[in-house]
Amino acid sequence: MRPVYAISGGVSKFAKARPDKTFQAIIKEAYDYAIADIGLDFPTFTKIVDGSVASYFSDHFTRQLMAGIMAQDYLGLCPKPGHRVEGGGATGGLCFQEAWKSVASGHMDVCVAYGFETMSHVETWKGNEFIALASDVSFDYPVGGFYSGYYAMMVTRHMKEFGTTVEQMAHVSVKNHINAYHNPYSQKRDRYTIDDVRNAPMVAWPLTRLDICVMSDGAAATILVSEEGLKKLEVAGAQIPRPLVKVTGIGRGTDMMRMADRPHVDYETFMENYATEQEKSSDDTKKYYKKLWDHGTRYPGIHSFRAGRAAGNMAWKHAGIKDPLHELDFIELHDAYTSSEIQTYEDLGLCRYGEGGPFAESGKAFLPNIDYGLKLKDKPVCAVNPSGGLIACGHPVGATGLMQGVFAIWQLQGTIQKHFRDDQLQVKNAKRGAIHSHAGTGTYVSVSVLEREG
Amino acid sequence: MAKLPTQREETLGGYIVHGVPFPISTDEEALQFLKKMAPIQIEQEYKITYLHSYGQDSPWFAALTNKRLLASRDPESGYTTANPRGHDMYSGAETKWIDITETPAHVHAFTVCYFGSEEFLPECPFVLALIEFEGVNTLLLTRLMGVDPAAPALDWIGMDVSPRFMRNSKLKPTDVYFVPKESSD
Repeated sequence: MRPVYAISGGVSKFAKARPDKTFQAIIKEAYDYAIADIGLDFPTFTKIVDGSVASYFSDHFTRQLMAGIMAQDYLGLCPKPGHRVEGGGATGGLCFQEAWKSVASGHMDVCVAYGFETMSHVETWKGNEFIALASDVSFDYPVGGFYSGYYAMMVTRHMKEFGTTVEQMAHVSVKNHINAYHNPYSQKRDRYTIDDVRNAPMVAWPLTRLDICVMSDGAAATILVSEEGLKKLEVAGAQIPRPLVKVTGIGRGTDMMRMADRPHVDYETFMENYATEQEKSSDDTKKYYKKLWDHGTRYPGIHSFRAGRAAGNMAWKHAGIKDPLHELDFIELHDAYTSSEIQTYEDLGLCRYGEGGPFAESGKAFLPNIDYGLKLKDKPVCAVNPSGGLIACGHPVGATGLMQGVFAIWQLQGTIQKHFRDDQLQVKNAKRGAIHSHAGTGTYVSVSVLEREG
Repeated sequence: MAKLPTQREETLGGYIVHGVPFPISTDEEALQFLKKMAPIQIEQEYKITYLHSYGQDSPWFAALTNKRLLASRDPESGYTTANPRGHDMYSGAETKWIDITETPAHVHAFTVCYFGSEEFLPECPFVLALIEFEGVNTLLLTRLMGVDPAAPALDWIGMDVSPRFMRNSKLKPTDVYFVPKESSD
């Protein structure tokens, strides 16, 4: 595989509704921004780019099949190669990785990954129905298909098994909303307290409206290149900042569509097949897990995302990461729910299974120099969702994973001030970050590691 | 040769539009002004009836209409799934049916949905639960009745429950639901 660099990106303003433009034109906002940011004009970039990958989740929202080719057409990319990627909420993350594959394999030197979703075309309850069709329509959907309900069941189990509290979940909401206060691309820019989160209308017990991301219209695009692609663009006049941002780790995992069908494996199977290298090498952690299993914990059940663990383990191995909490400067994590951010801390090995709740309120995943109005026990270690995440930025599904990619590129380039007109969210001296994209009830998960060279 | 129609018939229904604001002349200045026009939004209805087959899972639904709850079991390993599964995920072998109607069952996890998808909004609030069965390796998603949706509590997890069956079968997984064990005794 060849080295792949993520050189630029663009994000449209995420909003509840964007009736002012068609989806193609919204994508073009993000695409044009990415091109302009390397100092090229549209025709010059069009001449050099080899092809694309399109990302969008649901044909239902657009009531349009083959929307990808309509975007390809509008962006002037025909007849260059392109295809659509779809994998639920992980669509954007998968798209980023498909573009990486195109470049790493030598098939393309310059590949653009773009994605969108326009969810405002239907009412929220109809949108919930469309999303719930991403659960088994024979067995799950007819029982009361509602994703917030599925995630709420997961967290009641997490609470029962590990003692996780609603206040710990609310810490995630407060953190991500207050981070997004400084992000002009974010759909929601509000400051909330723990009480605000808990007093918000209950959606699916114990998840309130402020524990859950919102539906959005929006688009994002990233440009990935090989060393040859870099040269071609620079010969044409592109100004690509140094040090470069390189994609150094790719991981993916899957799990069963019906979360009821997921296995409940014993301690030995967990340690052999799913434990991180860090967990396997720690006698203390092995003892801790043995105790959990002795008290009835089984893995993954519904409290954990096996796909997330598989994706994380694969990406960390690829990138040579042994201790993600201390070797990553930030993670843009798929926080469709506050509870799933907590579950994912554990899957990605930022803490041990069962310790996601205390980790959430510890302060380790917060940014320094931002007043969250909370008393945090620990100093920040690895910022999780410095952009504000899905909960505050919004979740236009096909764009979300790519939005994470764009924010990661800007963090590693050190250009948050330039793009946000505010440097509060800039992770100081950020050298390595990860983006995590997650589908369904944890059916497809992707993790990609991006790193600043030098 | 008969004269062919050269004009489409005007019909009533849908959007009948007569007065969308538009410049009287289409000179350059007027056309440029159109860039400031508010977007036109129309309604598009999309309705379809699917002929959905339960395929190899059909006996599971047939059982519900006869007040029995089936599960799938790998004949060799005994690995049992509460949802029907034609082939075992570990051995790849065809599974056999077993009857778990009387198998002791407990609440593994639950939620109360106060909001939901359009189709289920009229039923809110309702309780979703994942049920575990003794000797069965996986769970079953179902509705839980006989508990107060206004007073959810983590103590519901672990509660002994029993299946109940709808008298008027709809051939859907909601033909079975669960109630606290004491309610069914």
